[in-house]
Amino acid sequence: MATTEKELLEKVTKTEYKYGFTTNIESDKAPKGLNEDIIRLISSKKEEPQWLLDFRLKSFEIWKTMKEPNWAHVKYPKIDFQDLYYYAAPKPKKNLESLDEVDPELLDTFKKLGISIEEQKRLSGVAVDIVMDSVSVATTFTKTLKEKGIIFCSMGEAVKNYPELIQEHLASVVPVKDNFYAALNSAVFTDGSFCYIPKGVRCPMELSTYFRINESNTGQFERTLVIADEDSYVSYLEGCTAPMRDENQLHAAVVELKAAKGAEIKYSTVQNWYPGDKNGKGGIYNFVTKRGICEGDHSKISWTQVETGSAITWKYPSCILKGNHSIGEFYSVAVTNNHQQADTGTKMIHIGKNTKSTIISKGVSAGFSNNSYRGLVRINKSATNARNFSQCDSLLMGDQCGAHTFPYIETENSSAQVEHEATTSKIGEDQIFYCNQRGIATEKAINLIVNGYAKEVLNKLPMEFAVEAQKLLEISLEGSVG
Amino acid sequence: MLQIKNLEASIEEKQILKGINLEIKRGEVHAIMGPNGSGKSTLASVLAGKEDYEVTNGSVLFEGKELLELAPEDRAAEGLFLAFQYPVEIPGVSNINFLKTAINSIREYKGMQPIPAKEFLAKVKEKKELVELQSTLTNRSVNEGFSGGEKKRNEIFQMAMLNPKLAILDETDSGLDIDALRIVANGVNKLKTKDNAVLLITHYQRLLDYIVPDFVHVLYQGRIIKTGGKELALELEEKGYDWIQETEVSA
Ligand SMILES: Nc1ncnc2c1ncn2[C@@H]1O[C@H](COP(=O)(O)OP(=O)(O)OP(=O)(O)O)[C@@H](O)[C@H]1O
Ligand SMILES: [Mg+2]
Repeated sequence: MATTEKELLEKVTKTEYKYGFTTNIESDKAPKGLNEDIIRLISSKKEEPQWLLDFRLKSFEIWKTMKEPNWAHVKYPKIDFQDLYYYAAPKPKKNLESLDEVDPELLDTFKKLGISIEEQKRLSGVAVDIVMDSVSVATTFTKTLKEKGIIFCSMGEAVKNYPELIQEHLASVVPVKDNFYAALNSAVFTDGSFCYIPKGVRCPMELSTYFRINESNTGQFERTLVIADEDSYVSYLEGCTAPMRDENQLHAAVVELKAAKGAEIKYSTVQNWYPGDKNGKGGIYNFVTKRGICEGDHSKISWTQVETGSAITWKYPSCILKGNHSIGEFYSVAVTNNHQQADTGTKMIHIGKNTKSTIISKGVSAGFSNNSYRGLVRINKSATNARNFSQCDSLLMGDQCGAHTFPYIETENSSAQVEHEATTSKIGEDQIFYCNQRGIATEKAINLIVNGYAKEVLNKLPMEFAVEAQKLLEISLEGSVG
Repeated sequence: MLQIKNLEASIEEKQILKGINLEIKRGEVHAIMGPNGSGKSTLASVLAGKEDYEVTNGSVLFEGKELLELAPEDRAAEGLFLAFQYPVEIPGVSNINFLKTAINSIREYKGMQPIPAKEFLAKVKEKKELVELQSTLTNRSVNEGFSGGEKKRNEIFQMAMLNPKLAILDETDSGLDIDALRIVANGVNKLKTKDNAVLLITHYQRLLDYIVPDFVHVLYQGRIIKTGGKELALELEEKGYDWIQETEVSA
């Protein structure tokens, strides 16, 4: 591995980079800034085929013509896109000798989440042999999938091993020019996941990037593609409840889902990126584009998300309901505390007949944070008998935070039934006192009340995840009530 | 068990309790009666530790500890229970989960391990029968969509589960139909031992036919102006509060 990398580096420096590329390539980072050279570097480092390089370059051209969106209800200093790094070699994680070397605050959070010692070591990069256990889990996991004909690998591997699939589907759900960040991601994405479920196969386990332990370092521009062929089923888990720190401030991922006739994709996310400190310093900007298309009749896509991290979240997992009788669902809990800002929601685009969508959004704001729901329900002319139900609830803690709802409904077909409900409530002092009187301390009481409020969404998560997510909510809201 | 001495409390600068003195011993049942707005619920809230009220004077000893210095949840853990006049709803939190959290919090306070699932479920079953609580209610969210009577019955169910030393029942009888009143009262009586105590707040002497008090106190404008036996309740029912006021003033 080391030698091939080195060879590659040499090759790159000697051939492609004659365009005044003066940096010492032996360092593990390409210089700051974005230009064709950097894109060529990324592509060649990853030994990509020509078509993918062309795709990147074209995306870059498109991106240059686009403007950063500013309609979201978030505020942040202007990002200088030339002041960012776009390529960093997957450097080996610094191996620590023991957990004593890990940031105690991080360990504390692990403990609260109930993550086992072994897991704590793995997540924080402590060198251990005992973790072999999880490697063997990963191996059996891969074997089972193979037997079923399921492909689950990194985007990089997929490009090498299944180029036709990637070429056919990449950017077919989220076109390059869809938005500023999608175009940027298309130009510079570093890695991500690819998943294919063959016809009629029910994936027997939750697919989680978590199992691909060797490739956890996917970087800031992740690209994910999940394809479910006819009558197949897959449940995909992204992220983990453990706190994720990253030196890169900007994250702009793209996720594309495709469900063929009768297929179902369940995509669950727990996002817990570093939200910045109590004063709002640091923290990750998370600008994600997630979209799924229900291409075939009777197909179904559901998004479930628990968002607690990031300084800024800009995210609208969407469904295009093209097949007749197809179903789109969006279940979301977004928690903001301190100075976090979240502008999140969904788009449900009804095209096929008898299509149905459900939106359940639960915002929780505390501290000085701002939490917005932004949703679009669009019923096209062709979508006879389309139905939508939306429920957007906001829960406020304290009086310094904000909750906003921006529901947009566009209907071109009079047979459509669209229902929208919205509520805003405060955690009542009476509720807290009631809990106190039964022996439950205030922090625990808030946790109980918030979990109750978010239950409809948490119930949609796979079991093990749901338990962790509950604890995560607790941690995110810690110290939110004096 | 409980000694209230010269307790004064106010809310938003308005004094509500104007020097309450009351002693409750183990094994006793006390009833407090008094006109609307006289401060009965305020007294209950102050004892339970609701923040809105400012205690301006006095002391409360509970089992030898200064109650007023404890956080509300610690008062509960020490064995103080308040059945609320208006129980709140907590959407999405099942009664069962709520109770388990409560029991385990109290056990934690006492340095005990969480209650084993089997023991907990057995207890739920037993206490549910005691107050004849409908089976489905325990799985529903705390008080959400419960009828007025169901909420009151649920309070007594919680009391049975938590097994407090001192239970304060704030108008638990109001809103109950005749059968429910009998059931709730029976439940309270069955839970009564020589070691615990009950403080009933009520407007109706009817409840006291079922739960017979050792003492009846009349709270009037923030003060206990008369104390007597259970016959006092009957007298009040007959003659109203004006009578007392007059006799007290003349006394
Ligand atoms: N939050 C508050 N702000 C202002 N006044 C209050 C507040 N809470 C209670 N009070 C006042 O305190 C007085 C006593 O109220 P409390 O609820 O203790 O009466 P009560 O004896 O329980 O009456 P009832 O029989 O109607 O239940 C009332 O005059 C009430 O208006
Ligand atoms: Mg009252």
